[in-house]
Amino acid sequence: MKQQLSWKVGGQQGEGIESTGEIFSMAMNRLGYFLYGYRHFSSRIKGGHTNNKIRVSTKRVRAVEDRLDILVAFDQETIDVNYHEMGSGGIIIADAKFKPVNPDDCQAELIIVPFTEIASGLGTSLMKNMVAIGSTCAIMDLPVAVFTGVLQETFKRKGEVVVQKNMEAIEAGFRSASELLGEKRGSHKLAEADGIQRMYMIGNDAIALGAIAAGVRFMAAYPITPASEIMEYLIKKLPALGGAVIQTEDEIAAATMAIGSNYAGVRALTASAGPGLSLMMESIGLSGMTEQPLVIIDTQRGGPSTGLPTKQEQSDLMQMIYGSHGDIPKIVLAPSTAEEAFYDTIDAFNLAETYQCPVIVLSDLQLSLGKQSVDPLNYAKVQIGRGKLVSDEGELDELEPKQYFKRYELTEDGVSKRVLPGMKNGIHHVTGVEHDETGKPSESSLNRQMQMDKRMRKLEHVELHKAVDIDNAKHGEADILLIGFNSTRGALEEAQQRLEADGLKVNHAHIRLMHPFPADKLLPLMESAKKVVVAEHNATGQLASLIKMNVGMAAKIHSLKKYDGTPFLPSEVELLTKELI
Amino acid sequence: MVTFKDFRNNVKPNWCPGCGDFSVQAAIQRASANVGLTPENLAVVSGIGCSGRISGYINSYGFHSIHGRALPLAQGVKMANRDLTVIASGGDGDGFAIGLGHTIHAIRRNIDMTYIVMDNQIYGLTKGQTSPRSSAGFKTKSTPKGAIEPSINPMEMALTSGATFVAQGFSSDLKELTSLIEQGLNHKGFSLINVFSPCVTYNKVNTYDWFKENLVKLSDIEDYDHGNKESAMQMLMKHDGLVTGLIYHDSEQPSYQELIDGYDEKPLSHQNLNLDEDYFNHLVKEFM
Ligand SMILES: Cc1ncc(C[n+]2csc(CCOP(=O)(O)OP(=O)(O)O)c2C)c(N)n1
Ligand code: SF4
Ligand SMILES: [Mg+2]
Repeated sequence: MKQQLSWKVGGQQGEGIESTGEIFSMAMNRLGYFLYGYRHFSSRIKGGHTNNKIRVSTKRVRAVEDRLDILVAFDQETIDVNYHEMGSGGIIIADAKFKPVNPDDCQAELIIVPFTEIASGLGTSLMKNMVAIGSTCAIMDLPVAVFTGVLQETFKRKGEVVVQKNMEAIEAGFRSASELLGEKRGSHKLAEADGIQRMYMIGNDAIALGAIAAGVRFMAAYPITPASEIMEYLIKKLPALGGAVIQTEDEIAAATMAIGSNYAGVRALTASAGPGLSLMMESIGLSGMTEQPLVIIDTQRGGPSTGLPTKQEQSDLMQMIYGSHGDIPKIVLAPSTAEEAFYDTIDAFNLAETYQCPVIVLSDLQLSLGKQSVDPLNYAKVQIGRGKLVSDEGELDELEPKQYFKRYELTEDGVSKRVLPGMKNGIHHVTGVEHDETGKPSESSLNRQMQMDKRMRKLEHVELHKAVDIDNAKHGEADILLIGFNSTRGALEEAQQRLEADGLKVNHAHIRLMHPFPADKLLPLMESAKKVVVAEHNATGQLASLIKMNVGMAAKIHSLKKYDGTPFLPSEVELLTKELI
Repeated sequence: MVTFKDFRNNVKPNWCPGCGDFSVQAAIQRASANVGLTPENLAVVSGIGCSGRISGYINSYGFHSIHGRALPLAQGVKMANRDLTVIASGGDGDGFAIGLGHTIHAIRRNIDMTYIVMDNQIYGLTKGQTSPRSSAGFKTKSTPKGAIEPSINPMEMALTSGATFVAQGFSSDLKELTSLIEQGLNHKGFSLINVFSPCVTYNKVNTYDWFKENLVKLSDIEDYDHGNKESAMQMLMKHDGLVTGLIYHDSEQPSYQELIDGYDEKPLSHQNLNLDEDYFNHLVKEFM
């Protein structure tokens, strides 16, 4: 019996490929398997090849698997573009309708099942996806009953008859494939899972849920791939909490609205991807200069310009850290899993209020849209800290007539008390022009220096529970130190295990606080490694440059760059690392 | 009792003597007192330009933001705390050039707030370039042979964008301007007030005298019905937009706040941020 397998369904966009994958994985999730999904899709609505690859395992997995075991094909293109991932023992089940052909050099076996014909016989060809799921059950020796609950929920609104019909389609697919498979029937049976109930979610869900847990009541955003799900989730949930979402006219409006809302005391956010973040740059500067909290989610996708809008990349890093003219304090977080995305989003709001500055939560397309198993999130770990926000007006001293409150008072830690509009003794001015302690514009050189130092001083002591995740860095001395950020974590972990199996001593560090850069945490690991391999999804080696700038040791840093739009596979990291060193 | 003096601070405006913006400042202060506001419950959000400085010259909460973005920022403030009175303000470049997109969408959205544009038909702060409000033929540093683009007609544009309150004032008529701002503040929805606010330094054509000669006061027109959009449009076209007074008012249309699904009566800024544990667990379960 196997401990894991990789399953993929493919066809034309708009053909229900997504929902087929969804139903299959929901059932696997309920059985307690660990899942990790990958969506291949294009920037069009109907047509064009799309596929959904799902890894199912009895142990936690955080990367797309190198190989593919089962391919469900609804068209020839699906076979042609995916068969190279399959080895001998792999099975392609394809709809008889398109007269599938197995390429000469394909090592997998092609089983042709009349998906469409069976579905039509049962009432509608639309159910061909269910027939395919039933066929999968035959390969995996799964009792079809595991789908009952999922179908009941999925088709609840369409009525019991529809649920019944779909169930029949799954059963029919199972019977038909069982016969056709012969001895291959049950060849991909998985060992039993632990049965523990976990969440199955995309990173964007986790970010949105984190925002709600953090007390967000307002979001302003403009749709963009791969960020829109965050807004769509909050539109569903915020009304019940009294809050609101505004779909703005552009990202400049989104960012400035979020600033206005934070200024008036509400935790508000915006979310976008590269093109939107480029538009927000001036607003980010305003937030930094006026010391207004601001949380922005950047779900990175392929750049530059419109780039590869539906593909994986990590090329916004430098812009997120250095973008916006002038010097401002800013914090950039980079979660690597959906779970971290949840907690980091909450942290982002706490940090934004504590340091009264912009905080960017950096995600990437694979984290934002890839579905993964998440242990139930912990309510007790949700803490809300609002820094020096004055919550009780009574604390404020009475203002002298016509005097303003010192909203930008010079303090040792650089953080000043924050008051909200509506407070009688808190009246002050806010401006993006250099200003004095009460917010009044000032061009005095001395004041300029003091206010700039005050703002920049705030970030001298940013603490994040895990600025660098070193759980996988156990060797005192290592041959190789692998470094990455965001969703590459799983690929790096697996590559590490394989390199270790080859006898190398490998440490892995995953950076979670990108700015201010945790150089002190990375330094000892780099010092004790012979070679440092920095894996990232961009063409210029942005993280490698950042490490060189902040830590040094340029001579031992090797850049492992991938920018073809697909996420690193563990084997790629493994092989390229071997080549590099 | 709060008077207009309570809305004065001790900052001396750096506007040129005679600049029309002084009157706008005074009118806002008077109108705020007249409608019974207190300084702490008023937020004035402004853009960048000579006019944008206004938020620093009124004793209230003030936010001098970025060029062209006063409106979205002000809308964010109002969404966060619906009990505040929010005024957005800025120049004609701010609202009709770089921020035009926001202006139209703020009009459509109809959030309860007041937008006051100080329209001097020129870029003052950057020392005299053409503005989308400059008339064709107008010579500036950036149009030495005269502007060749026609000017924007903000009042007509507002009407076609679904505005619920459209008015125009003139810096020389403080009484009318104050009254228009009062009406704008009392309007439940988005009120747009464009003010002819002469730039005495860079606009030598559209001067106080020029306006006095060319402006038509709607209050002098018998039977003018500001409830009728069609006649409002005709009036604007007839006088090339050179009218002052309340041009159009729709008092029936509910504001954005009244239409948002679930939006709390209590300001969001006063809400307890902690999520109920059962509700949190319910949200978690939805992903299982
Ligand atoms: C993004 C950006 N571009 C350009 C400027 C420079 N700038 C400042 S104010 C202004 C125009 C001012 O004209 P207007 O809005 O009519 O205000 P006025 O000074 O006439 O009151 C410009 C172009 C800026 N501050 N920001
Ligand atoms: S330059 Fe014009 S708009 Fe600016 S302050 Fe002077 S008169 Fe007013
Ligand atoms: Mg102007």
